[in-house]
Amino acid sequence: MGEQEASTGGGPDGSTRAANVERLVAALRRGDEDAFRKLVEEHGPFLMRLALMHVPSRAIAEEVVQDTWLAVLNGIDRFEGRSSLRTWIASILLNNARTRGQRERRVLPFSFLRRRAEEGRDEPVVSPDRFQSVHDSYPGHWARPPAEWDSPEERLSTEEARRVLLEAIAKLPIRQREVIALRDISGWSAAETRNALGLSETNQRVLLHRARSKVRAALERHFEADELGR
Amino acid sequence: MNEVETPKMSCKELVDVITEYLEDTLPTEDRGRFERHLAGCDGCQAYLDQMRETIRALGHLPPESLSAEAERTLLEAFRGWR
Repeated sequence: MGEQEASTGGGPDGSTRAANVERLVAALRRGDEDAFRKLVEEHGPFLMRLALMHVPSRAIAEEVVQDTWLAVLNGIDRFEGRSSLRTWIASILLNNARTRGQRERRVLPFSFLRRRAEEGRDEPVVSPDRFQSVHDSYPGHWARPPAEWDSPEERLSTEEARRVLLEAIAKLPIRQREVIALRDISGWSAAETRNALGLSETNQRVLLHRARSKVRAALERHFEADELGR
Repeated sequence: MNEVETPKMSCKELVDVITEYLEDTLPTEDRGRFERHLAGCDGCQAYLDQMRETIRALGHLPPESLSAEAERTLLEAFRGWR
């Protein structure tokens, strides 16, 4: 069973959301520990995953998550329900994680230009030598086509495959990592992901495309190496 | 009126637009070109399958969580908050 959350997503509309949050705030103010625990359990996984992407250690990531929950408690009265609750919580986390991450690295603030360069200047998502060139019989078609993976569900749930997945994600530029984590690991919608990360529709899709393509390529290399080893 | 044949999609183009396809944001015409190409290209079908399996595997990664100690600290903070 993975991280995919069935509940508080983009489902309820603004007024239902506001009502739900009012109930939640009332419960929290009563000191209802179960309500708090439920909240933490429900949103914990994606918070921890995002935090880990920004800071150098698990211990620091836990601090960032704890700080985030305090900020959520202190700010929840002001939450108006215009976005989903988890989107709001995610944006608090990201603020904290990014700030802490920069502090830990002791670097200059992340420049807009550098970010654009990182996102745009990426290599093609599939190595050009996989396709036929203008000198070949079918330019633009596979030179070496991908092969169907044997028993993919089984082979992709091994420890090793998961390690390959996580390593591939760790190598992505940070914005791509954030998008693929929310969309594909946590199962958020495009709209929520955009809101949480402050991205345009196109931007979100491009980042997702690059991230997914690289992760797929990493898995393909892993499977091919596997085949050779057999 | 003569029918103009829409240019066929190449494998390279398919790879480029695959996320738009999966997001359901490809314009109708391109979606047609995509699916027509797919019907006749094992390599691209395999690529699409791999992409779907990758996404599925990502969704099945074990969830992250706080350590028991961090959870305890958090609960203490909650008690202190109200």
